[in-house]
Amino acid sequence: MTHRYLPMTEKDLQEMMEVIGIDSVEELFSDIPKNVRFQGDMNVEKALDETALVKEMQRLAGRNKNTKDYPSFLGAGVYEHYIPSIVNHVIGRSEFYTAYTPYQPEISQGELQAIFEFQTMIAELTGMDLANSSMYDGPTALAEAGMMSAGHTKKKKILVSETVHPESREVLVSNAKGQNLEVVEVREKDGVTDLDHLEELYSKDVASVIVQYPNFLGNVEDLAAIEKIAHQEKALLVVSSNPVSLGVLQPPGAFGADVVVGDAQPFGIPTQLGGPHCGYFATTKKLMRKVPGRLVGQTTDDKGERGFVLTLQAREQHIRRDKATSNICSNQALNALAASVAMSAIGKEGLKNMAAQNLQKAHYAKDKLKEAGVEVINGTPFFNEFAVRLPKSVREVNKELLEAGMIGGYDLSIHYPQKENQMLLAFTELRTKEEIDHLANVLGGVK
Amino acid sequence: MSTENQALIFELSQEGRAGHSLPELDIPEQDISDLLPESFQRTEDAELPEVSELQIMRHYTALSKRNHGVDSGFYPLGSCTMKYNPKINEDVAKYPGFAHIHPYQDESTIQGALELMYRLQTNLEEITGMDQVTLQPAAGAHGEWTGLMLIRAFHEANGDMNRTKVIVPDSAHGTNPASATVAGFEAVTVRSNERGLVDLDHLREVVGEDTAALMLTNPNTLGLFEEEIEEMATIVHEAGGKLYYDGANSNAILGITRPGDMGFDVVHLNLHKTFTTPHGGGGPGSGPVGVKSDLVPYLPTPLVVKDGEEYRFDYNVPESIGRVKPYYGNFGINVRAYTYIRTMGPVGLRNVSEYAVLNANYMFRRLEPYFDAPYTQHCKHEFVLSGRRQKKLGVRTLDMAKRLLDFGYHPPTIYFPLNVEECLMVEPTETESRETLDEFIDAMIQIAKEAEESPETVQEAPHNTVIGRMDETTAARKPVLRYTKEA
Repeated sequence: MTHRYLPMTEKDLQEMMEVIGIDSVEELFSDIPKNVRFQGDMNVEKALDETALVKEMQRLAGRNKNTKDYPSFLGAGVYEHYIPSIVNHVIGRSEFYTAYTPYQPEISQGELQAIFEFQTMIAELTGMDLANSSMYDGPTALAEAGMMSAGHTKKKKILVSETVHPESREVLVSNAKGQNLEVVEVREKDGVTDLDHLEELYSKDVASVIVQYPNFLGNVEDLAAIEKIAHQEKALLVVSSNPVSLGVLQPPGAFGADVVVGDAQPFGIPTQLGGPHCGYFATTKKLMRKVPGRLVGQTTDDKGERGFVLTLQAREQHIRRDKATSNICSNQALNALAASVAMSAIGKEGLKNMAAQNLQKAHYAKDKLKEAGVEVINGTPFFNEFAVRLPKSVREVNKELLEAGMIGGYDLSIHYPQKENQMLLAFTELRTKEEIDHLANVLGGVK
Repeated sequence: MSTENQALIFELSQEGRAGHSLPELDIPEQDISDLLPESFQRTEDAELPEVSELQIMRHYTALSKRNHGVDSGFYPLGSCTMKYNPKINEDVAKYPGFAHIHPYQDESTIQGALELMYRLQTNLEEITGMDQVTLQPAAGAHGEWTGLMLIRAFHEANGDMNRTKVIVPDSAHGTNPASATVAGFEAVTVRSNERGLVDLDHLREVVGEDTAALMLTNPNTLGLFEEEIEEMATIVHEAGGKLYYDGANSNAILGITRPGDMGFDVVHLNLHKTFTTPHGGGGPGSGPVGVKSDLVPYLPTPLVVKDGEEYRFDYNVPESIGRVKPYYGNFGINVRAYTYIRTMGPVGLRNVSEYAVLNANYMFRRLEPYFDAPYTQHCKHEFVLSGRRQKKLGVRTLDMAKRLLDFGYHPPTIYFPLNVEECLMVEPTETESRETLDEFIDAMIQIAKEAEESPETVQEAPHNTVIGRMDETTAARKPVLRYTKEA
């Protein structure tokens, strides 16, 4: 069979078999026991030529309602933001996307330098000393931070606020089970972490206190107060942050966080049904040798030229094997590159502008919704998300919104049973006045 | 490759420059202080670069020229399956219906995505011979951990609380023992015999009532098929353990043999290896996990199921190990892998493995006279050579790898597996032409000759890369992990 991805010709085949000393390719598989040798053709969907394939894939894509056609007010950890056109042009350069992990620095300087720049940008945003080359996503980065805190403090209890993304907490719990750690949830009170409950649960047995800032409900946690409680004993303070918010919010590093994690998805990475995104992991110099995943460092070559290498690899699985600090190998390098390009394009002033627009739009929406008679649940400062209480289920209301040409918000009752009929709405710089007014109109009319 | 040193993007930055076109604020602007208390407001700017769009493009174009990918040239990196990454996959993943959908949209609005995931799962079940596949894990290591947690849940559900050990061969990839540790197990090593295969006598010794699982790559990391796999499966199963298949080397077996038929209970695949999704310079990947029916009850949530003509997520998995990844796995990567499977079909996939194995054996036989070959049987999709002979001449495998850079190749994997001295592990893949294989073979033969005749040519390599050998010791002793603006 000739195929565009399989270049060997019949002539090649014959000559190569001669060199090997076989009469048929089948002989190369003669060491596979007969019993386990697969017979016939697999029952896999049949091959399509490129034209038919495009048609089929367009059919599948066409069955999805996308957020370019339907203005969306969904956030809840995944955000639709402005993606500068240049991002796709850079990550589309196949010298980047068809490369492996940069193990050979001489021919991987491009990737290594790009990651070094990413590490710098994340450290800048979070106000931390350093950052790694990326993690799978925000929630798994948060779980890794929890594991690291236990390894570092030799304590077995992790306190996590109920206002942390529910799926992050679920991933944390799954990871903790592997390490036989205990995860205890700190209650929410009025949309933020209940500080009295945190104080009550806190003890010298705690490895880390994990909070989200702004939290899952959109509210800005009082990090100064949380830090005081978290650092009474040896526990680490782990903060998960939407990096866009750090354009206006004081970064967790300024409050004394030990680890800051999150997802760089808002920078240049499409939502794509939740993955792949791009976890980040920033920490202090003190914890540098405990960091999971790859780290790129600056050094010089034998002629004294500046260059970059993967470094501190003694932490990692391919050296340490069962003693490694984590089993992570690949990170999300290409998405880290996308995020770097987006952060470079948006730039220092652009980031402030973008963050401020999110803040402005969300507050405008809050006023509009209130005007329209919608009950807004919010008492504390918030960034670009807040919750509303509706007269009926979020699912039903979302159907009405979809009929009106919009994708509505997130149903909080899914993870917070007590928050029945509550919808979490997100407003980024992409939502126009017209779209927000339309949302307010439709929600105001819900009976 | 460009030899000009590229400034850091921060060094290109000039105050007052911008590279974006953010939307205009179309609502009445309020004073930030009215929206956010002062104590929450950022006091020190994040020093992101201030650069124009062209500057950004030139910067990254220059960086890309200092990077080697599969599209740049041959990349025979053993165990990594650096095959061609089809362009149609990239096009498809960018369709708005795939790229711009939100994980919390109502299921009725993402039926196409669910259908794709369901079909991909079903195809992977057939390819691996497993009963059910989850697409949740983000990468191979993540799949390993997920699979081991499933095995742990299975044993615990049976009241088998003392199965604390996971057996891995000495030739195993470092992630295997690392994943075992992270899943709460103790890793135990089983030796290889003189043929490079698991020593069954030693396996019988280490297996016991405390065995949770045996993790195995087949073909193994030496590129050799574990012929006694049925016997191994019996030994482990009779002791009450489970068999875990590390799918890193699946490129050798598509349509040839299936882990499920070999007796494996859990499988992970690396879609970024076998199924052509790009490695991306180190991710994002995707590491689906397949299991036999007795492990299905523990699969991570949610499952993707078909209900009549509708597809939906199923969260009702009472014995599930829980959530391993937010949302539904690396969907964008899974789209690419599905596109690839539909490009190849069942016959094409079998041809992939046939050619991958043919190419490896061809290179192996042509290079065998020039290097030491610790194992001489037919290999599968990759093979190992030892640089022992050259080491005696003062030329290390590392030197030969660096010398290959001068020829425009990415070197093979070196010093792995650990049980082969001065190891070189070569994986050509099926997408390379005969001419490419021959040119690479010629380069290797030339280097072997240089090692004899002018060893310093090899020892001092590379000679024409953008930078020379790096000072990795200083990098680790005095780490500089970020740029800091000079005051």
